Amino acid sequence: MTVPRPAAASPEPPRPWALLAELTHACPLHCPYCSNPLELARRSAELTAAEWADVLRQAADLGVVHTHLSGGEPLLRPDLERIVAAAEGAGVYTQLVTSGTGLDEDRLSALRAAGLRSVQLSVQHAEAAANDRIAGRPSSFAAKERAAALVRRAGLPLGLNVVLHRDNLDTVGALVELGESWGVDRIELANTQFYGWGLLNRAALLPTREQLARARETVEHHRERLAGRVELVWVVPDYFDGIAKPCMGGWGAVSLTVTPDGTALPCPAAASLPDLDPPNVRDRPLDWIWDRSPAFARYRGTAWMTGPCGTCPRREEDFGGCRCQAYALTGDAARTDPACALSPDHHVVRALTDPDAGVTPPLYVHRRPGAVPQVR
Amino acid sequence: MTAVPGDPWRPALAPALMLRHDRVRDTDLLVLPERVVVLEGHAGQIVGLCDGTRTVPGIVDTLAERYPGAPVADDVPSFLDRLRREGWLT
Ligand code: SF4
Ligand code: SF4
Repeated sequence: MTVPRPAAASPEPPRPWALLAELTHACPLHCPYCSNPLELARRSAELTAAEWADVLRQAADLGVVHTHLSGGEPLLRPDLERIVAAAEGAGVYTQLVTSGTGLDEDRLSALRAAGLRSVQLSVQHAEAAANDRIAGRPSSFAAKERAAALVRRAGLPLGLNVVLHRDNLDTVGALVELGESWGVDRIELANTQFYGWGLLNRAALLPTREQLARARETVEHHRERLAGRVELVWVVPDYFDGIAKPCMGGWGAVSLTVTPDGTALPCPAAASLPDLDPPNVRDRPLDWIWDRSPAFARYRGTAWMTGPCGTCPRREEDFGGCRCQAYALTGDAARTDPACALSPDHHVVRALTDPDAGVTPPLYVHRRPGAVPQVR
Repeated sequence: MTAVPGDPWRPALAPALMLRHDRVRDTDLLVLPERVVVLEGHAGQIVGLCDGTRTVPGIVDTLAERYPGAPVADDVPSFLDRLRREGWLT
């Protein structure tokens, strides 16, 4: 989300604005691009509604004003209403991030009564059959269509959220038109970020430069057409643009993530960093986690930077890019994000985005517990 | 809300928005589905008067009473127009 820029370095870290609450890793869908970790948290390890209520109160005291209630599929939690009510009671604005499966009229009205403020609905493709194939679940498109209509009728703001990759990028125009016909306020077209299952399936998901160029043109055309009616957001494909993304608005600067089992992270992908040793809300109060924990202090600000970032004029704007991506591509989380054209490791990314002619991309693995052998 | 032609505009906060005081930062905020807007100075008070019952001149009068001598008649209508163009007031 877009938030006011954090103030310049102060002795006390800036207050967080937003909390990403991953309520469960369970999901009826099996998207191959899912950014959840390969090692999905078990249901039995999940925080209870009372624990989430406590986290939300502490977050509000810390300065959080907005929360994405996400997952997995948050609707799989029968106590979601209690969590929404706790957020609302603490003065925190709630947005439900859902695949739409499991949202019926009764559930939505219960969530609304609890104080739910807005909904973000994911869609995998503009055509029902292709959507269900990518999601790995029959009839999931029909569930989305019903969910969109229900949210509209309830008068809640509705955003459509599409992760773009090789398999749906050519239909970006149809996806925008789908959002329009469903009456959404906002469409987020997010080129895949390669974490978790998305990283595992990277070779299958990476589009071609030609696909991207065409999609960009289509999106520009629709942006002009929809100006003032539907907000169109294009999340850039950082691998292709040679520009590092200002990940999370800076490490430990704007928002925090709490995973289903209570692990607190500066970014949802940070569970992949092997030596981060992230704190858990079950062991520590949230203000300690934000202000004092070594994990949140680690890449805060610019002092930790190495390589070209250290003296780069852009370092206060993009914070050296994404730590998790630097780790995934170089094995060292403190290096310049290889997505940046100035990174000494940028060739690693170029080899992926511009493969030798004639290389056929592999098929992807659907996200399912146990679908890949555990390496750790 | 049904607007009768010729009826004066009675600004109200769009349903997607939440106006709240941020006690941690001691400022007023507009919270939207994907954004947070910091309302500087008295902006939060002005938005707080947009409850769908007051007309723009009504809001100006209320503020003029609260802040005698402030240039509310000049500044407030254009500020409200700006918020309407953003889609934050209906
Ligand atoms: S990306 Fe797909 S599989 Fe992953 S949580 Fe979202 S809907 Fe479920
Ligand atoms: S060198 Fe570092 S700070 Fe400079 S643009 Fe690249 S990632 Fe950003």
